[in-house]
This record gives sequence, structure tokens and C-alpha cells, in this order.
Amino acid sequence: MNNKYISDVVKNIPPSGIRKFFDLVTNSRDIISLGVGEPDFVTPWTVRKEAIDVLDRGATTYTSNLGLLELREAVSFFLKNHYDLNYDAENEIMITVGASEAIDLALRCLINNGDEVLVPVPSYVSYSPCIELTRGVPIYVPTYEKNNFIITPDDLKSKITSKTKALILPYPNNPTGAIMKKEDLEAIKDIIIEHDLIVISDEIYSELTYDGKHVSIASLPDMKERTIVLNGFSKAFAMTGWRLGYIAAEHSFIEAMNKIHQYTTICAPIMAQYAGIKAIYECEDDIEKMRKTYDQRRRLIVNGFREIGFGCFEPKGAFYIFPSIKKTGLSSQEFCERLLKEEKIAVVPGDAFGPGGDGYIRVSYAYSIDKIMKALERIERFAKKIF
Amino acid sequence: MSKKMDIIELLNENSRLTDNQISVITGLSEDEVKEIIKNLEEEKVLLKYSTLVNWEKTEKEVVRALIDVRVTPQQGQGFNAIAERIGQYDEVKSVSLISGGYDLSVEVEGKTMKEIAIFVAERLAPIDGVLSTTTHFILKRYKQDGVFFTDGPEDKRLVVTP
Ligand SMILES: Cc1ncc(COP(=O)(O)O)c(C=O)c1O
Repeated sequence: MNNKYISDVVKNIPPSGIRKFFDLVTNSRDIISLGVGEPDFVTPWTVRKEAIDVLDRGATTYTSNLGLLELREAVSFFLKNHYDLNYDAENEIMITVGASEAIDLALRCLINNGDEVLVPVPSYVSYSPCIELTRGVPIYVPTYEKNNFIITPDDLKSKITSKTKALILPYPNNPTGAIMKKEDLEAIKDIIIEHDLIVISDEIYSELTYDGKHVSIASLPDMKERTIVLNGFSKAFAMTGWRLGYIAAEHSFIEAMNKIHQYTTICAPIMAQYAGIKAIYECEDDIEKMRKTYDQRRRLIVNGFREIGFGCFEPKGAFYIFPSIKKTGLSSQEFCERLLKEEKIAVVPGDAFGPGGDGYIRVSYAYSIDKIMKALERIERFAKKIF
Repeated sequence: MSKKMDIIELLNENSRLTDNQISVITGLSEDEVKEIIKNLEEEKVLLKYSTLVNWEKTEKEVVRALIDVRVTPQQGQGFNAIAERIGQYDEVKSVSLISGGYDLSVEVEGKTMKEIAIFVAERLAPIDGVLSTTTHFILKRYKQDGVFFTDGPEDKRLVVTP
């Protein structure tokens, strides 16, 4: 970026590791990609039909900034029903353009110049750049395979300073597939309270939890008032292209975030909002079916990688596995480039997800069983060459 | 119960899955999988492990037709006796009782259209109780048993996303 007019903050954001790899992959032919971070299902028909119907009836306007009250009521019902969270539809929920906008809003309403935000890594690629864009400072909290990639009290404590303002809690995790169970959350709760931190809990994969039910940190005593819960429709309802997400938090946070949202976004698309209402009330069976399908694929692919000889952490959420490639002696980038070139399989180098990700690859199982089995054959052939 | 359904659905999708693969996918032990499949076979829930073939891509010449058949139901037997009677021919691949304007839908396979026409005229139509037949030749298959014969819809997702 050598355009002198571009601001320093933007200039200083490092290029995305995923983007780099994307360009490589796009130039290859006949590849099997296991590199995708979105469901392979199309949105359930009921939901698509609703959008078509409301469009037909002329739903083409803005909505209130917070989003359609009916949708906020649906979200409130969903959060109560699924995670035992109590949020008032009128004051404590807002609808956003995906969890992506929600991440940005949560950070912007909290961060003063130089405030530190704790970001567990490996994790989703957006957190650090968004923190930097708000003039905050991302502080990485490494998580380790030996700890099931969760944040331990010691990891957390070691990174807290007087400038620490907030903690991003990205579970179920992209790319590791780790979840934090109730007892894991309880173990860090007191530290969070003691240091007066705000938790930005990105729960976009909450419905894709395969070992018990997802627990939101906001459901623990004394945590609701210091937690901003982010969630959305992209993953659970296979609605990535609709750009629909939401935030649940105490009214004062919602008010602050809505102040930004009203000027930068106005509102999420109205047809997506109407469709979201249907999704919540009528698609429980669809979610369950998709979850079960992911779970089958998860077992298949974890077993496949282990049998080939990779160490593979057993993910309990999302739709990724994060196998270790350390024994090959290759870096993640080298491994992925060679796998792409020699066997035409695309996976994402672990270092794209922050420090600590090198030595791992992210493999998505948002693909049919058939495709996963074909891909595993090629990966096995590749492994035989390099082990 | 639901694990049983899982196995049925997996085999319905791909009958070549091994017991071991099914056990990995479902989380059951291999012995449990074997046991469930054995029971399903005995109960005649699982009838046959077959393959979906796109004959157009082979040298074998195959023509298929769907024949709408109107029949007179028989006293005390309904449609069963005549349906089974029709089903006895090797040329007949499927027989189903259907609702609507006619009674039985019969799928017939032959080498040529003429062969099927002759089969209908000489064997099917004369059967006692058959009132009328209407033959529809299948010209091109797009999808069968959930599988596309054409390329089908492509994966529209970007190849790598965060
Ligand atoms: C952890 C995580 N958070 C947020 C998002 C963004 O989701 P949305 O489509 O709701 O903007 C993603 C998408 O990949 C994600 O993986």
C-alpha cells in the first residue's frame, strides 16, 4: 500500500493470511477445497420463502435502528430457550449486519486510545484488525492444544495490565473447534470481575456444539452486566449471505452501540430480518439436522486425520478441525502450499489465525461425507510422501 | 432408534460404506453396527445394496419408460394381485400404486423403444384387469434417488473464507 493518502492505522494492518492463500487457490484448477468457513447447506426453504414473500409484499424499507421488534422478540425467545439468557427485546437486543458488524460495534463502544483488548489465539481473523481500527491494542492470549485450546486462569492473568479493558471470548472457536464448558468459564470468571473487564463473547457457533449444550458466560451470576453477547444467523441457520446478526447486552451498552450503528449502518436489510423471524420460530428441526450432519462428518474427519498419522485435537464445536502438522517439519504455509500443488487440496494455514497457529492447519468439514472421504485419500497420499 | 435411522440413511446414501466407516461416523462400536445391520436385513428393511448407474455413459443400450396403467381392482385383493402379476416380468423394474388419474405406475426397461412398445402391447396390456396403458419414454435423466446425472448445482461458495 503505497498510496500516501491512506491513514496509518489502515496501512499498518497486516495483510490477511487467508487472503494470501485465497489468491493462490483461486489460480488452481480442479481442487477439492476444505478451506471454507461457511455451511454447505443452503438456507432452509421456509426462510427463503419468507424473504420472497415479504419482498413481494413490498418490504423494501429501512427498519428501526435496533431492528424489527418482532425479530428482537424472537431473538430474546431464542436466547432464553437455548441458553437460559434473559434479555429484554426492547432494550437489550439489537440486530446487526452479521456478527461482523457486532464485533466492530462492541469494540468501538468500549475502546479508548491505547486500551488493551485480550484476544485468545488462534482465533477468528477479524478481532485484531478491528481493535487496531478503534485505536486499541490487541494483546494475544495464547491457548494451547494441551489445554484443549481454552483460556486458563493463568493464561488470562498473565496478560492483564492496568490498561486491559476487555476480553474477547471466541467459543466455540474458529479455527480450533474448542469450546469452553461451564466449569472452564467459572474458572476465569472471578479474574474477569476482579479486574473489571468487559467480555465480548462471540457465540456465532453456539448451536454447533457437539458435546452437551453451549453455555454462555453471560448466564453465570454477575456476568450479564459485563458481557456483550454476539451471535447471528450465519452458521446455525446457514444464512451467511443474508448478513444478519445480533447483540445482546445491558441497555447502556446497546444504547452506545446503537449510537454508532445508526450513523454507520442504519439497520440490517429488512427482508433478512423478516426471514430471521421465521428461522427462529420454524427451523429448530433444520438446525438439529444440520448439527447432526456436521457431527457425523466431524467424527469421520478427525478419525481420518488420526489414522493417517496426524495429531488431531478433538473439536467439540464449530465445523473445523485443527490438526497438528508439526511432525512434518514444514511450516503451515509450506504444508498448505505443497498440499495444494501436489494433491489439489485447499486447507488454511494455521498461522492465519494468529500467533501459535503455525504448525497447524484449519480443515473445514462443511462438506459432504463423500467429498471428505475423497479429500482424505489425497491427504493420505501426500502424508506418505512427507512423513 | 435414531442410530438405526442414521445407519439406514448412511447406507441409503452410500451402500459401500464399511462397518468400520459407519462406526466412525455414528460413534457406535463396530459390533453394534454389525448387529443393527444384521437385524435390519432380517427385518427386510435393508433389501439390497445397489448402485445407481448412469447407463448413458456405458456401451449398454438401455431405454426406460414409465407406463401409466389403469386396472380394475379385484374382489378381496384390491390392487395387490394385479400389481404382483405385473411385477413378475424381468422387464418391469418398479410397480407402484399411485393416487390420481390412473392406478399403477410401472417402470419398464428394454434395449430399444420398439422392444418396450412390444412388451406393453403383447404382455402388459392383455393382462386380465388392465383397462388401459399410456407409455412415456424417459428421454433424459436429470436426477434420481437424490443424485444429479447432470453436473447439478455447483458449490457457489468462495474456495477459501475466514
Ligand atoms: C468466529 C466468527 N465470528 C464471526 C464471524 C462473522 O459472521 P457473520 O457472517 O455473522 O458476520 C465468523 C465468520 O466466519 C466467525 O467465524
